[in-house]
Amino acid sequence: MTGFLASVGATFLGFLATTGRLAGFALMGLAGIFSPPFYPRLILRQIVYMGYYSLPVVGLTALFTGMVLALQSYTGFSRFNAESAVATVVVLSVTRELGPVIAGLMVAGRVGAAMAAEIGTMRVTDQIDALSTLSTDPYRYLVLPRLLAGLITMPLLVVVADIIGVFGGYLVSTYKLGFNVESYLVSTSQHLETSDVVSGLIKAGVFGFIVALMGCYHGYQSRGGAEGVGQATTYAVVSASILILVTDYLLTAALFGG
Amino acid sequence: MSDGRTAQDAAPKISVRGLHKSFGSKVVLDGLDIDCGVGESLVIIGGSGTGKSVLIKCILGLLHPESGSIRIDGVETVGMKRAGRTALMSKFGMLFQGAALFDSLRVWENVAFGLIQGRGMERAGAKTIALEKLASVGLGPEVGELRPAELSGGMQKRVALARAIAAEPEIIFFDEPTTGLDPIMADVINDLIIKCVREVGATAVSITHDMVSARKIGDRIAMLHKGKIVWRGPAGEIDASGNPFVDQFVHGRAEGPIQMEVRAV
Repeated sequence: MTGFLASVGATFLGFLATTGRLAGFALMGLAGIFSPPFYPRLILRQIVYMGYYSLPVVGLTALFTGMVLALQSYTGFSRFNAESAVATVVVLSVTRELGPVIAGLMVAGRVGAAMAAEIGTMRVTDQIDALSTLSTDPYRYLVLPRLLAGLITMPLLVVVADIIGVFGGYLVSTYKLGFNVESYLVSTSQHLETSDVVSGLIKAGVFGFIVALMGCYHGYQSRGGAEGVGQATTYAVVSASILILVTDYLLTAALFGG
Repeated sequence: MSDGRTAQDAAPKISVRGLHKSFGSKVVLDGLDIDCGVGESLVIIGGSGTGKSVLIKCILGLLHPESGSIRIDGVETVGMKRAGRTALMSKFGMLFQGAALFDSLRVWENVAFGLIQGRGMERAGAKTIALEKLASVGLGPEVGELRPAELSGGMQKRVALARAIAAEPEIIFFDEPTTGLDPIMADVINDLIIKCVREVGATAVSITHDMVSARKIGDRIAMLHKGKIVWRGPAGEIDASGNPFVDQFVHGRAEGPIQMEVRAV
């Protein structure tokens, strides 16, 4: 019994220590955004890598999400003779919820993992120490450009995901479910408000920061060669995915909770 | 290189006193004292896991000791603030055991990294210096355009050496410079270290298991065992040290006062 309690206590203390380290890591990032040196070249490179190269995977996922959403909502609403609500449900679900969440999860898998693997490899091969010996702050050089890129790129990606997702719903509704093109487009635009899109973009910025933070943090903390880097990659994706879903609820409650 | 004793007697370039560093319950450095004079080449030998790399990382500020003093040119560096530490780093060059070249950059960009990022030099000017440094370690300009992954182990060490000396640092650290190299390439690296350190006029601190290398590049040798320096003296006296730890290590004997921790499976 004592052993069990000690184990629970040790796990809890470990959790608190990790939370503290992560909070310190994130605060350093937020503070660093406002003070030089900045590395515009590196920020741009990360934006291209995180944004441009994620477009196919995010676009494809958004397209099928919108298509499935149209099919499912049609099936449900037809039971109440409320098929006309399909367009509205698709556009609101995609812009407020599915666009940012789907894009966040896909980017966590593609970019967060790559960040953790790259920085983790640099850690275990002494490249991060080498940066320090060359009068370069590794945190500013490696972490800050990625955090900023996450913050900037995700909203842009989500704009694209929103458009493609809504387009997916439109395709299924008009070509498969027999909706009238004009009335579908009118329904789509009629009930969409600026706040729906903006709230999605706010979520996207937060999710981008989370993905980059988790990738950089776990990579930066990795130890013990290839196994350590592998673990860091797994932790980065899992923790970013969980945090995205938790933060999504909190932000939704804060933005629309009334 | 310079006379070890004369350099030692003058105000030391590096002075370490009472250094303690532990990882959990494992004590790695246990009140270590050592000095290194200006322009001197000090080699620290010792078995694996005795804390040689930890000592260098503490001096560089990459690890923080629990207690003790590290003075560079008489200035205390333990507990130094970030801005002071960044300025101090410009005095250092380091050749890492695994070379630690940046995979994402070309060879010349690796060599010029400290000049561009650390000193704010223009890329064109830094490239010229980088190619000069590559030439001084026997590598042509065509190598500068390659990626580190395209180089052999010996070439990577040479590039790392060029990077370590590129900004003409006052103190250069060499962490196992010949490990993993064939004897001929190891001798080439030893010669390059001596040549480069002389050209730059730097103080050198090396850690190694390789006694051929230690004898060749060191003015003085110090032996580290269980977190303390158990012997120090001129490189020429290593074979007649009269110290049982040094004798066992130099002759590579399993029997002696140094007991390897071998756990039964």
